[in-house]
Parts: sequence; C-alpha cells; structure tokens
Amino acid sequence: MKLITAIIRETKLDQVREALIQNEIERITVSRVSGHGRQRSEEIYRGRKVVPNLIPKIKLEIAVNEAFVDITVQTIMEAAKSNPEELDDPAEVVGDGKIWITHLEECIRIRTDERGSEAI
Amino acid sequence: MSRKTFRLLWMAGALCLIAPSVFAQNDTPVDSGATAWMLTSTALVLMMVPGLAMFYGGLVRTKNVLGTMMHSFVAMGIMTVLWVVAGYAMCFGPNVLGGWFGWDPGFVFLKKLDNSILDVGVPEYVFSMFQAKFAIITPALIAGAFAERVRFKSYVVFISLWGLLVYNPLCHWVWASDGFLFNLGASGAIDFAGGTVVHISAGISGLVAALYLGARRGYPKTNMPPSNLVMTMIGGGLLWVGWFGFNAGSSIQSGLSTAQALTATQVAAAAGAITWMIIEGWHQGKATALGLVSGILAGLVAVTPAAGVVQPAGALALGVLASFGCYGAIMIKNKLKYDDSLDAFGVHGVGGIIGALFLTFFIRPSWMQAAAEAAGGSWSVWQQLGVQGVAVGIAVVYAGLVTLILMVVINKTMGFRSSVDQEMQGLDSAYHGEHGYGILNPS
Repeated sequence: MKLITAIIRETKLDQVREALIQNEIERITVSRVSGHGRQRSEEIYRGRKVVPNLIPKIKLEIAVNEAFVDITVQTIMEAAKSNPEELDDPAEVVGDGKIWITHLEECIRIRTDERGSEAI
Repeated sequence: MSRKTFRLLWMAGALCLIAPSVFAQNDTPVDSGATAWMLTSTALVLMMVPGLAMFYGGLVRTKNVLGTMMHSFVAMGIMTVLWVVAGYAMCFGPNVLGGWFGWDPGFVFLKKLDNSILDVGVPEYVFSMFQAKFAIITPALIAGAFAERVRFKSYVVFISLWGLLVYNPLCHWVWASDGFLFNLGASGAIDFAGGTVVHISAGISGLVAALYLGARRGYPKTNMPPSNLVMTMIGGGLLWVGWFGFNAGSSIQSGLSTAQALTATQVAAAAGAITWMIIEGWHQGKATALGLVSGILAGLVAVTPAAGVVQPAGALALGVLASFGCYGAIMIKNKLKYDDSLDAFGVHGVGGIIGALFLTFFIRPSWMQAAAEAAGGSWSVWQQLGVQGVAVGIAVVYAGLVTLILMVVINKTMGFRSSVDQEMQGLDSAYHGEHGYGILNPS
C-alpha cells in the first residue's frame, strides 16, 4: 500500500478530480494548503505588485493498493500539468506542483475493523 | 491689468455663472419631511445592491465568489453613469418613437434638475437618484441566473445594453405619466414599486439567458455547494431592510401611503419566511437557513407591485402564495434540469408574476371605488386582473425577446460563455486575478 500526496494548483482541482473519478479513483482527501516552492506568483492590489511568500495550493491525499499507484500518478500528472500557452504570465509556468509517494504501513477502516488492502 | 482687477473680474464672471441657480427659485416649497424620507429611501435601496452581492456571493462556490459579487458592484458604477447620461431622460422624458421610451434633452446629465422641485415638495434630484437605484439593482438581479459561467467583459456590455433597451422602456411604460401601461384601464396597471419593471423583467431575462447559455459544467451531477451561507443570510437581511426604501419610498412622500406600503412589506416578508419554512419542514424534514431567507425574498418580491394597494391581510396572503409558487417553481426547475443557478427566475420572475396578478384580489376598497369613478361607474376585480395580465404579458414578452437578441449578438461577437478552462479555474482567478477566501490559507 502507498500513500500518494499531490500538491497542485488551486485552479486545477476540478480537472484533476474529474480525471481521477473517470479512472475510478474516488476515495480522496483534499485540503487547502499554502506553500513555498520555486514559483513566483504576482498579484496586483491597487496597482502595486505583491509577491506572496506562501502561495495557496491544493493538497490531495490518496491511499492506494500497489496496482493503482501508476494509474493514479499518471492521471494526476496529466490533469495537473498546465499549458504554458494559456497562462497570462510566462513566469507562472513554474508551479504545477509535486507528487510524492510514501510507503503506507497500515490502513484500518474504523466502521468494520478491516485492516490492510481491504480497508483502502 | 492689475492682479486685483483681474480677481474682481473673475469673481464677477463666476457670479454670473452661479447666479441663475441661486436666485431662480422653483415656486414649490420643499417638504423637508418627505424629502428626508426620500433621501433615506434612496440610501436604503442602494444598500440592497451590496446586500444582493452578499446574498449571491455566498451561494456560489469559493472560486467564483468575487466574480459573482462584482456582477452586483459593477452595476452600481455602470448603471449610475448611464442613468445620468441617458437613463433618466429615457424613463421620465415625454414619449418619443411612438412611446417606445421617453426623451427630454434637458434631462441629459440631469441638467434641468438643478433647481427643480417636484409638486410633492421633493427636489427632483432626489427622485432621480432614487429611481437610479432601481435601474442598478434590476440588471444585477439577472446575474443570478447565469452565475459562475459568464465572461466579465461580456456581462458589462450586456447589462449596459439591457439597461438602455429593456429597463428604460419598461420603466417609462409603467411609471412615466404618459407611459401606456401607466394609463391602461381605469386607473392604470398597478405596479407600485417595480414588480413588473424590476422583478418580472429581471426574472424572465434571467430565464432566457440561462436557457440560451446552457448549464454550468457538470450541472446537475456535480455537487456545487454554497461557499458561505452566513454571508447569504447577512445579504438577505440587508435586502429586507433595504426593501423598506424600495417599497415605502416608492410612495414618493412621507405620509399615509408610505405607512401602508411599509406595513404591507413587513407582513409579506414575514409570511413568506414562515411559509417557506413550513413547506420545507414538511417536504424535506428540516427547515434550512437558505429556505427561510428565500421565503423572505419571495414575500418581498410578491408585495413589491402590491405594497400601495393591499392591506395587511392581503400582504399576508401574497407572502404565503409567493412562497408556495416559488418553492414549486424551483422543484420544477430541478425536474427540468435547466440551470438558473441562483433562482433569479424561480424567485424574482415567479414571485413577481404572482404578486402582480394576485394583488388584484386584495386591493383596498377605496382604491376600487376611485377606479370605478374614473371608469365612469363600475370597475370590477376581473377587469383589473385583465389589466394586470396585459402588463405582465407585455413585460414577459418584451424583456424575454430583447434579452434573447442581446444574448445572441453578444455571444456571436465577443463570446458570452466562459471557456471550459476558465469555468473550472473559477471566475475570480480568470477575470479578476484575485481570490475571495484568501483568509482560509495562511499567506
């Protein structure tokens, strides 16, 4: 079992979710997070450019059995990648996010006491 | 020329410019009581626009909250400017083009109003600004029907044209002294504060726009939860308070008919609220906050045309009828699966039509007597219902048709509907480069 954690652009949540659902990956946890990577994102308030230190992102957490790791990662990558031609600012090209995969020790479904792959 | 003489000359010249407005007095004295109430009403009706922004803003998803609130706020800018330039002249000038709208060149930039006092003792500036607020809120109401899926630029063009081509003519027909609906039947079509002009026209236009533009991406399968119902409740509260200006202010005085309208407004809103609560409690098992505030709005919308002619019992009945009608309309919408996102038609269109038609059965006897005298003997409820039906029918057909034409023209030339990507990304980010709920993220 693996835990797939993906940090994506706020504006890509709909795309990623729809793509995941299409591939029958429906059990996910989504949270709003802020973070700092290599992206510089400018916002304009009353004509003054502001570069926030922490940029809002969306975090997805998906626990999967080994067989689903590749398809999940592939789906997220395809849906979360932005098209450079559609961005207003070329500098925004950085910032599509990251995926990391960690080993998942144990998984328990509280309602039924199931453990392991069954509980995913 | 010495400096001193120059200054003297300059002052003399300035005096000549100012003098006419200072010394040329209108004969009518200002009624300070009526003027004070009309000033208050003007401010109250303006407050409904941020109220509407909050009401609508809370109902859309987090990514669209600012874009949706902007639809209301931008109307305050655009419609005010258009009103001063041409709106007042088109609404309250004498008939031109066979009565399609009015026109008086003196009203352009409100030039003629500078020292004009209406016969009721209220400066015409106040009346004009009061009416301007109605021209602001009407197009803003339509935005609820196509929330979360239109381009900002196209929306701006749409409400500008809609204001000029739909609102101004309708306002002229119903409220100008030479408007043809104002003079229909014995004592005119009854539209005290804007059931036809504001709510029916906005509701129908919203329905046409929603049908033409199609549903939001994923509707009705995808869950589209309201971003902030607390804000919606506050907005609903502001609308109720503001509605006293809307209805009681429409008496254009501070007296008996003001009091009658104010009472009817309060009673109808309350009746609408509890009716919706009971229907929902019976139908869904729980009385929701959004349901209660929708009932308030349904009651307020229905009493808008009626506030001047119904007594409290009639207002109560209208509130009850409106909640039943609007609740039913929304159930039907859910069956038919068209996407009137925030129920601009379901509440304003249906509520407005119910109010405009059913008010006929609750008109106070003194009004009917006066109408009978004006008609030269007798005037029945059914005759008045006919007049109301004609007014409603004309508003529905005219607003619907012109909106459809505007939709087609704007969509073909500049595109009205957001692109799929923009819709998924959210209007706030796509058109305004901001986000509304930044507070939820540490920055």
